[in-house]
Amino acid sequence: MKATQQLEQQLKRRSKAAKLEIWGRVVSFSALLLIVAVVVAIIGFVASKGIATFTSNHVNLWDFLTGKQWNPNITDANGKPEVGALPMIVGSFLITILSALVATPFAIGTAVFMNEISPNKGAKILQPVTELLVGIPSVVYGFIGLSVVVPVTRAIFGGSGFGILSGTCVLFVMILPTVTSMSADALKSVPRYYREASLALGATQWQTIYKVVLRAATPGLMTAVVFGMARAFGEALAVQMVIGNAALMPNSLVSPSSTLTSVLTTGIGNTVMGSLQNNALWSLALVLLLMSLIFNLIIRLIGRKGRLQ
Amino acid sequence: MTSKKQNQLAIGALYGIAGLVVLILLALLGYILVSGMPKLSWHFLTSPAKAFLSGGGVGIQLFNSFYLLILAMLISFPIALGAAIYLYEYAKDNWVTATIRTAIEILSSLPSVVVGLFGFLFFVVKLRLGFSILSGAFALTFFNLPLLTRSIEDSLRTISDVQREGGLALGLSRWETVTRVILPAAVPSILTGVILSAGRVFGEAAALIYTAGQSAPALNFADWNPFNISSPLNPMRPAETLAVHIWKINSEGIMPDAKAISSGSSAVLVLAILLFNFAARYLGKRLYKRLTSA
Repeated sequence: MKATQQLEQQLKRRSKAAKLEIWGRVVSFSALLLIVAVVVAIIGFVASKGIATFTSNHVNLWDFLTGKQWNPNITDANGKPEVGALPMIVGSFLITILSALVATPFAIGTAVFMNEISPNKGAKILQPVTELLVGIPSVVYGFIGLSVVVPVTRAIFGGSGFGILSGTCVLFVMILPTVTSMSADALKSVPRYYREASLALGATQWQTIYKVVLRAATPGLMTAVVFGMARAFGEALAVQMVIGNAALMPNSLVSPSSTLTSVLTTGIGNTVMGSLQNNALWSLALVLLLMSLIFNLIIRLIGRKGRLQ
Repeated sequence: MTSKKQNQLAIGALYGIAGLVVLILLALLGYILVSGMPKLSWHFLTSPAKAFLSGGGVGIQLFNSFYLLILAMLISFPIALGAAIYLYEYAKDNWVTATIRTAIEILSSLPSVVVGLFGFLFFVVKLRLGFSILSGAFALTFFNLPLLTRSIEDSLRTISDVQREGGLALGLSRWETVTRVILPAAVPSILTGVILSAGRVFGEAAALIYTAGQSAPALNFADWNPFNISSPLNPMRPAETLAVHIWKINSEGIMPDAKAISSGSSAVLVLAILLFNFAARYLGKRLYKRLTSA
């Protein structure tokens, strides 16, 4: 009787392998949870700090987003601190849109060349070069901007050479490799028989590219461009080095101005935690975070639309 | 215009664009290497920086960069590996998985300056780690995790399902299949991904200026006790890396040869990235040959 009970117990007990399996599942799942926790923590912390300007310092949200004076140390005639973030928001958007506008034709043109016209040269020269340049650190781009682009801008347009134009040039070169390689991937995923069908109908190569391949790859190309814009919007140091860092409304492309990221990198270290000056900077960080979420959302929407077709 | 002429014109224009892009990119690389190479010397790579005089080096910054890289990789690799294994081998295709994937995507698209600011708020201020290598390593971990997770998951995806079925058919549990069958087969491509992400971590600066700090106190390279303040291994000391150094001396440096030092440091950074790239390709291929019969 006892022997059978023992045997039953032995058989019903979890085997070593089963224990290991559970252990592995739990460990790998907790690693995944940790990443999710990090994301939640980042958003939570930045949001709670960023909201403080409006809750504990009683700054009006609308004034913050549309005010043109950024002087957190000074209070204006009504006794309210001057924390208008519009110059930085405009600077960030201007520099992002301009650099994307310049980079898109170059990137897509190069991707088309790599994929459709000369796949041989593309694979041998263009692809390794773009892949390598994706990895070049942004400070290096910033340094080159500072030692090449800024003096050239100064020589042509006068002034200090610092400003949106220099920032656009630096960001253009910086996002070019990323957008190019993502566009090339998008073109690569267009099935070969689309091209064959078009050529068989008597279309020229350009007609095939323009009317068939590019149309079919549109969602992927748009994703590439938005991805480049997100990168440009969030880039901090390269932009900060060439933009001039004056928190003023940009009245020309060659006057010193600033972006959300440039004000953050220069300001956070010089303010006291919990003060209004500091909270206002965290609000800028929150704007930056929200914009990156919006870019993410746009990319998802494009992806979903692309899948439905 | 006939469509034939249009075709020629358009293709000519595409040649022009591609040529121009190659020119820009090669000029960029060439400029970095040509302007930085003359500065490179044993003295430059090993001696400490000087704040007010010319002739300083980047020895401490270079060491800090590598030390931070290694620490960040040691922390982030196991987490990314676990996450990737769960995502690819266990996770069911439902809304929980979709949400987790979205979270990872969000983390990878966050500007690195935001990650750095969070690191500053959480590790430097809340946990009172101060401007230290440890804070910097955690910030870099956050920056690195989504990229590494995705690259490891892609590596797992390249292993054919036949291998998984084979493992299960032999009576192995899922976990054993993963650790004994799938991972060894995926090692070469995982390694390639790790080295490539190491290149990105090596050049990162925005996440570090408010976590690892912007100062490089003198180190005593004879003292390897991690608890001594001047020891290179002490994880609680502030550590300016090479990338941060370039930014720092260009925005507020006062040494007379700031430009030459930045050129030299940029060249070192780019060469390191080149090295990482080639190493990734070479080791990946070599390991693949050794581990498989192919």
